[in-house]
Amino acid sequence: MAMAEKPTLVYDRIADNRRNTWLLLLTFVLLVGGFVVAMGIILGLPYPIAPIIVIPVIIFALFSYYSSTSITLAISRAHEVTKDEEPELFRTVENLCIGAGLPMPKVYVIEDGSPNAFATGRDPDHAVVCVTRGLLQKLDHLELEGVIAHELSHIGNYDIRLMTVVVVLVGVIALLADFMLRLTIWGAGGRSNNRERGGGYVTLIIYAVAIIAVILTPIAAQLIKLALSRQREYLADASAAELTRYPEGLARALEKIAADTDPLEEANKATAHLYISNPLHEHSSFLNNLFSTHPPIEERIAILRAM
Amino acid sequence: MGAGVIVAIVIVALILIVAFVTLGIYNGLIQSRVRTKEAWSGIDVQLKRRADLVPNLVETVRGYASHERETFENVTNARAMLQNAQGPADAAAANNQLSQALRSLFAVAENYPQLRASENFMQMQRDLSDIEEKIAYARQFYNRNVSDFNTKIQVVPNVFIANMFGFQAFEFFEAEEAAREAPHVSFEKQ
Repeated sequence: MAMAEKPTLVYDRIADNRRNTWLLLLTFVLLVGGFVVAMGIILGLPYPIAPIIVIPVIIFALFSYYSSTSITLAISRAHEVTKDEEPELFRTVENLCIGAGLPMPKVYVIEDGSPNAFATGRDPDHAVVCVTRGLLQKLDHLELEGVIAHELSHIGNYDIRLMTVVVVLVGVIALLADFMLRLTIWGAGGRSNNRERGGGYVTLIIYAVAIIAVILTPIAAQLIKLALSRQREYLADASAAELTRYPEGLARALEKIAADTDPLEEANKATAHLYISNPLHEHSSFLNNLFSTHPPIEERIAILRAM
Repeated sequence: MGAGVIVAIVIVALILIVAFVTLGIYNGLIQSRVRTKEAWSGIDVQLKRRADLVPNLVETVRGYASHERETFENVTNARAMLQNAQGPADAAAANNQLSQALRSLFAVAENYPQLRASENFMQMQRDLSDIEEKIAYARQFYNRNVSDFNTKIQVVPNVFIANMFGFQAFEFFEAEEAAREAPHVSFEKQ
């Protein structure tokens, strides 16, 4: 089985993921750096413009990194619950944490009938597991256990940090692309007057390529982000199965969640990638799959059943 | 002189490489050992909680069935064994014995409907089954750490360093046959 090659201890997975995060960061920095440099050469931008763009972007990125948890919980209208209020849920989380070697996260509930769950927080010490009321009502114990194990796996695998970093970086690329696009249009119009006649075609081609690149880069970044998100879902499913030793529980839970027609009121495009199952109930098509944060649920169930 | 210097540099470089590799492996083994011990304390905490619950449970049942002396003695002895257990294998054996003794205690309790219906007794039963689940999960985590550590000290080249510094394999915490199933089995009642 492919799972056997994955590191089994949470520590090794963390080390793995940390490496991936750095690789990813490096790729993105190179992408952004190359992008900015290329555009700078084409446009002949003065140097000081780079820090003027980059510094606010870094501040924005750091701010979103540290506040993403509270923002996420606030826009999802989640409230914290205590052990006395939800003993069953707490016990499940506690036991699975012991099994996974993780500290106990905070537990939040969204008062919504649609069954779903997500985990957030930048590392296991600041982690939050959030479930909807519908999940607690509609799933039996083994199914709930599967879902919680899936969420705890996201925490243990540092997926949340990875995805936060990716989301922020993709946002940065989109921002830069937009900025550059405006500069290009503005630059092309402003500069054609004091140019010699001969360079016209070449300049036009360069601008055309630049504009295409500027349009395609954010899309490419977005696709990388989504592919990564889907891959993380598969990994969390596998880790959950390993933790509970009972893949059928999660498989049944996913079935129930997929069959449920109640939409989640407080979910939107910004938080959709966090949930165990896409809360937006998009129909399945090639394009939707390519742009989806989650793999098709039928496929996840099939993989779980084959374990 | 030129050749001699080169040879000296090569030798020093080789020694440094070996030293660094040894250091790296040694630190890795230490880290892994610390984690395994930490995982053990996760079981130990739950075993203590379980042992602490026993006297109360025995007293409660004794209030209804004072003549079942042998059953109480078995439970108390098993508890003492668990508290004095040295090392995982020993603790596991004692814990399994306590499980058996508790099973006969609950079998006795079955004969006293009033006892079974008492809120105190039901609460203790719930606590006990919660602790048992936690032991099962802690065992799973500990045993995974043990198998990781025991593999690490046996593969080449780690095995040389492990032998040199006297790293010892850990004992697994073996559950009794009934509890060997996946941890979720005991959840079903509620």
